Amino acid sequence: MGVGIEVSNLNAWYGTNHTLQDINLNIPANHATALIGPSGCGKSTFVRCLNRMHETNPIARVTGTVRIGDLDIYKDAKPVEIRRRVGMVFQRPNPFPTMSIYDNVAAGLKLNGYSTRHVLDEIVERSLKNSALWDEVKDDLKKKSGASLSGGQQQRLCIARALAVDPEVLLMDEPASALDPVSTSKIEDLIFQLKSQYTIVIVTHNMQQAARVAEKTGFFLNGRMVEFDSTHKIFTNPSDKRTEDYITGRFG
Amino acid sequence: MKAGENQLRSRFRALTDNAATGLAILSTVVVVAPLVAIFVYLLYKGASSVNLDFFIKVPKPEGEAGGGMANAILGSGILLALASAIGVPIGIGGGIFLAEFGRGTKLANAVRFTADVLNGVPSIVMGVAIYGLVVRPHGSFMPFSGHFSAFSGGVALGIMMIPTVCRTTEEMLLMVPNAVREAALALGVPNWRSVLSITVRTASPGIITGCMLAFARVAGETAPLIFTALGNSFWSASLDRPIAALPLQIYVYALSPYEDQHRLAWAGALVLIVLIVAAVSLVRYVTSRGVLKGAS
Amino acid sequence: MTRIRFQQSLDELKEQLLVMAGLAEQAIQRAIEAYRVRDLSICDLVSRSELAINRLERDIDQAALDLLAMEQPMAIDLRFILSVIKINADLERVGDAAKSISERVRHMEKMAVADLPVDIPRMAALAAEMVRKCLQAFIEGDAEMARSVLSMDDAVDAMNKAAYKALTKVMQEESHIAPQALNALMISRSLERVADHATNIAEDVVFWVQGADVRHHKSLTGGRDPQAKG
Repeated sequence: MGVGIEVSNLNAWYGTNHTLQDINLNIPANHATALIGPSGCGKSTFVRCLNRMHETNPIARVTGTVRIGDLDIYKDAKPVEIRRRVGMVFQRPNPFPTMSIYDNVAAGLKLNGYSTRHVLDEIVERSLKNSALWDEVKDDLKKKSGASLSGGQQQRLCIARALAVDPEVLLMDEPASALDPVSTSKIEDLIFQLKSQYTIVIVTHNMQQAARVAEKTGFFLNGRMVEFDSTHKIFTNPSDKRTEDYITGRFG
Repeated sequence: MKAGENQLRSRFRALTDNAATGLAILSTVVVVAPLVAIFVYLLYKGASSVNLDFFIKVPKPEGEAGGGMANAILGSGILLALASAIGVPIGIGGGIFLAEFGRGTKLANAVRFTADVLNGVPSIVMGVAIYGLVVRPHGSFMPFSGHFSAFSGGVALGIMMIPTVCRTTEEMLLMVPNAVREAALALGVPNWRSVLSITVRTASPGIITGCMLAFARVAGETAPLIFTALGNSFWSASLDRPIAALPLQIYVYALSPYEDQHRLAWAGALVLIVLIVAAVSLVRYVTSRGVLKGAS
Repeated sequence: MTRIRFQQSLDELKEQLLVMAGLAEQAIQRAIEAYRVRDLSICDLVSRSELAINRLERDIDQAALDLLAMEQPMAIDLRFILSVIKINADLERVGDAAKSISERVRHMEKMAVADLPVDIPRMAALAAEMVRKCLQAFIEGDAEMARSVLSMDDAVDAMNKAAYKALTKVMQEESHIAPQALNALMISRSLERVADHATNIAEDVVFWVQGADVRHHKSLTGGRDPQAKG
């Protein structure tokens, strides 16, 4: 159900700041790919180029090609269409504060015009089950607001919301960095299960997390992608000394 | 020696703490006192004259006793309804533009500046301006022109509402965290839809407060109505003719030489305040229930 | 550089292992010397150093466990710590082998000198050289030097096989010097084990430095018989 992502010669700017330089990589379908690197290395910018969120900033600019499946997302489609096929989960959980749990999950569908009640009910239930939140909230779907849940639950709610529109790719920008270890484990288990249905790209500061969930890992440094290989190789015997310095904590 | 110093210091600190708290309480009392004083005084002066007649009868000709301000209450209602119909949509629309679509642009800066200037225009000047634009011209494109009318009064009040509604809307929208906007955009929701259904909705309690603030302010305005609505001693609900209004009527009666009309003026003042507070509370109650229920 | 304390811990771990390595190397050299000059006092030295070696084995394993649990080592650090744990075990066995040899020397002290068709000194020199080289490779992190140790094992194996053949023949045909032959056979076997352990250490050095697993290369590619571990 997921598709592969092919990135060629991707360059990105914020104003005059050349944030990403000549990125080339192939993200495999139905796998989890982790992106690691120090703060400011461009990994978050890269991920935001994959669903065209980068350009919501007025001084942002992108050149190069990103193909998701067989679609060139910058030439063949509008941003709104792309974002329906590529979902995103953010670092800090951001459920819609005025909406109930049900409405939060259904938001992507309702705001895009789908309104058949029983279809929505079904999709909401399925999404909440897929994000391992159903059992905890099934009795309070319309009574509780999205913002009244705990941090870990809110993040799973955001995952359910992203899954409800049935994307092919799921981008996760440090999804567990604001959560406690138990919630983090739940999210990681979730990613493991979701892998089989979606292509997942996860940006993380936590190398152990990358090692736990991802088959492939890419190391970003100063806007470039230094190394992209199987997670096993990156963490036991990386090819590039810069990668090794980063993961052994010997930076600087 | 050290222990003694510390003791002294902490006692001094406790003293300052208490003094500051005392000062804060005193300030609150000073602020609230005039409000309470006004209300109590109005009650004292006007409560006795508030009776059923007040609410159902029109004013009696000069010199005669009795009568009421029913037409003024109706007139204020009509004027405020028209003012809200003008001020709220334009104000909210302006606020949405400033916060969501025009951020940082020169146009937005100009609009914001204009709103601030408009806010500062004295109400009498507003009245005179609308007199010149709406009341005076004969046979212009402006409806109901050529004579004093309820319409012109509503327009004057409506324009006065715009800056407050606009600026509060902008401020409330800016307070909506960017994360919420991003969440909506990332779902593939078009920007305009995200603004209306998500951002505005999130900010709606604040926006409504802004509208109520503007409403409460213009409800008591008298000067703009002098040259526009003019006032009316008889029943009138027509937009095309002069109309009575509570503040106007109070003004006229307060200046009259008749004791009877003075009493009615006091009653009118009391009723005006009570009606404003009631209207605002009603809006609060209705909207707060709606928001908490997470209306789908 | 960040993680200075961790780097210091790694350096300390290496130091500890080098102390142990020094003791093991010294034990083997002493055992061989004891054989050469039939000096029992040297045998005592060997026995005592074996105690120190065993204690160090436990300490180093504990230190390595702590580092694994507390510091989440990755890549080369992880490989280094794993190698230390394995080299640790091999060094302890080298110490055991040295003790074995010195025991044999004690036994032989009570027997007459016999002329045996086996060149223990040469074998011993080779085994000692392998130990010296693999430890040098560890000190310097030199994978090439380590790899060169691997090829030396064949020679020792061959010598051990030859010794086995020759000495069993002696035990059958010249039974009056059978005890001496048996002792010599056991010493030969101990030396062959020392060579094996040196090979293991060399393989671990290659794993640490290059991330390549070069163990059991010949047996996995259909070469000689897999070694029986003692």
